[in-house]
Amino acid sequence: MRPLRYARAQDVPQAVRMLAAAPYGAYLAGGTNLVDLLKLGVATPELLVDVRRLTSERIEDLPDGGILVGAAVRNSELAADPTIRTRYPVLSQALLDGASGQLRNLATTGGNLLQRTRCPYFQNITTPCNKRVPGTGCSAREGHQRDMAIFGASQECVATHPSDMAVALAAIDALVRTRGPDGDRLIPVTELHRLPGEEPGRDTVLRHGELIMNVELPPLGFAANSRYRKVRDRASYAFALVSVAAAVDVVDGVVRDVRLALGGVAHKPWRATRAEELLRGAPAIAQSFADAADAELAAAQPLPGNAFKVPLARAAIIRTLLDLTGDAAEDGR
Amino acid sequence: MDTEVTLRVDGTTYTLGVDTRTTLLDAMRERLGITSPKKGCDHGQCGACTILLDGWRANSCLALAVAHDGAEIVTAAGLAMDGNLHPMQQAFIEHDAFQCGYCTPGQIVSAVGMLDEVDAGWPSAVTAAGDAEVVLDEAEIRERMSGNLCRCAAYANIVPAIAQVARS
Ligand SMILES: Cc1cc2nc3c(=O)[nH]c(=O)nc-3n(C[C@H](O)[C@H](O)[C@H](O)COP(=O)(O)OP(=O)(O)OC[C@H]3O[C@@H](n4cnc5c(N)ncnc54)[C@H](O)[C@@H]3O)c2cc1C
Ligand code: SF4
Ligand code: FES
Ligand code: FES
Repeated sequence: MRPLRYARAQDVPQAVRMLAAAPYGAYLAGGTNLVDLLKLGVATPELLVDVRRLTSERIEDLPDGGILVGAAVRNSELAADPTIRTRYPVLSQALLDGASGQLRNLATTGGNLLQRTRCPYFQNITTPCNKRVPGTGCSAREGHQRDMAIFGASQECVATHPSDMAVALAAIDALVRTRGPDGDRLIPVTELHRLPGEEPGRDTVLRHGELIMNVELPPLGFAANSRYRKVRDRASYAFALVSVAAAVDVVDGVVRDVRLALGGVAHKPWRATRAEELLRGAPAIAQSFADAADAELAAAQPLPGNAFKVPLARAAIIRTLLDLTGDAAEDGR
Repeated sequence: MDTEVTLRVDGTTYTLGVDTRTTLLDAMRERLGITSPKKGCDHGQCGACTILLDGWRANSCLALAVAHDGAEIVTAAGLAMDGNLHPMQQAFIEHDAFQCGYCTPGQIVSAVGMLDEVDAGWPSAVTAAGDAEVVLDEAEIRERMSGNLCRCAAYANIVPAIAQVARS
């Protein structure tokens, strides 16, 4: 690990100024991803600006019925919050499906959103990787493809975004509040992460020095009827092969509204807008769910080593929607 | 770059100069001679380095010492009180739940921290949705202990040992 400086700022404006002035610097929160990458030699900052005790650690009610989550709220506390558990179960479940109890006690909301891909070549500095060193090539394209993307990948990079929490946040239309050298921004979580394109090194639309302050959960009544389903190689403590975050509003056997997002399939949380369009107004039966899943997955472009993700995602979508709509839907099969 | 930090480990206060890159695990093991937390993977994957950090279980291998200046730490060695083993340590002995020396301290600290999380009402991935209360059955214990890995498969007796302490 290269020598580096550590700094704690007096307040947020000072932290933003410090990082903006240090091109090779990074914010540090729980450190569960950044310190790992420092040890591997993947991250090589000269300065760490600790923001864990600088950003909010609170979960607050908003006047419009939404909830404001501070960037420093720990993953374990957010998952356990009684309001989150009853009003946004999909978020609580996604967090509890991620990492381990020990890690969730260190990991923060801001850091979780900005964790980097678990692509094995990205983490191994002896192999070519366009995300780590632009222009060196992508080892995954011809290599180990099991964990790679089926949507939105480019010639340059086929990695997936690893965060479970981000998939749930994308499904419920959460917003990220940031403060940067150029002022404040409000960014939908669905627009925070980028597809790789020709610049896979840039994971998000954030500018250098831009600090995540809060995540805002909008009021979404039917999110009380939501859930997260994660499919992985072992029962617990593993990243997703495919995951589904869904919330459904069914009235008289018809889908009035729905939110659907997929994890483990793209460079970002994949909001399944095609499936959502088909589902709105459709009878809440297994056939509708299968049709919606097929419509969404028609755009998938898997590699030979991850083609299994297409039928896996199909089954996971159908099962999750059936679980949320109850026996009525199953009978209509 | 050296920075001075103060750590309270198992009831003793230490002040030491550490390089910015030093983790809590290395500060304890290499600098303070506290070897009860073990270094298994050094990447947050195995749980061997688990400590109670300001009351909550955490992996000490990914936590930088400078970022935890002033922390209150309890290791497996610090769980014993006045010469008496902690009930979890006793239960591990009674159930022959001991594994290799690498995994056991982390398993015991993790189990103690996990029971506090249950007492606080925290759910796990296998807890029923909504605001259901946690019933610490076998499935709950297994899920909550999943951050502690063992490669030798000697772990069958851990669940009964933890269940005994949970009941008492
Ligand atoms: C063994 C293991 C298994 C895991 N399994 C899972 C899993 O199954 N699912 C899952 O989703 N995650 C998993 N994780 C990842 C874990 O959830 C993340 O490491 C954690 O959420 C990151 O949070 P942190 O606070 O520790 O971030 P840090 O490591 O401190 O920071 C991560 C990144 O975010 C930046 N950052 C942090 N806070 C801010 C802020 N407020 N504003 C701007 N930038 C910021 C940092 O500069 C850094 O680039 C796993 C991790 C490990 C080690
Ligand atoms: S998929 Fe992306 S992160 Fe993985 S090796 Fe290719 S360029 Fe690197
Ligand atoms: S040594 Fe810390 S988790 Fe393995
Ligand atoms: S007990 Fe240590 S590897 Fe199994």
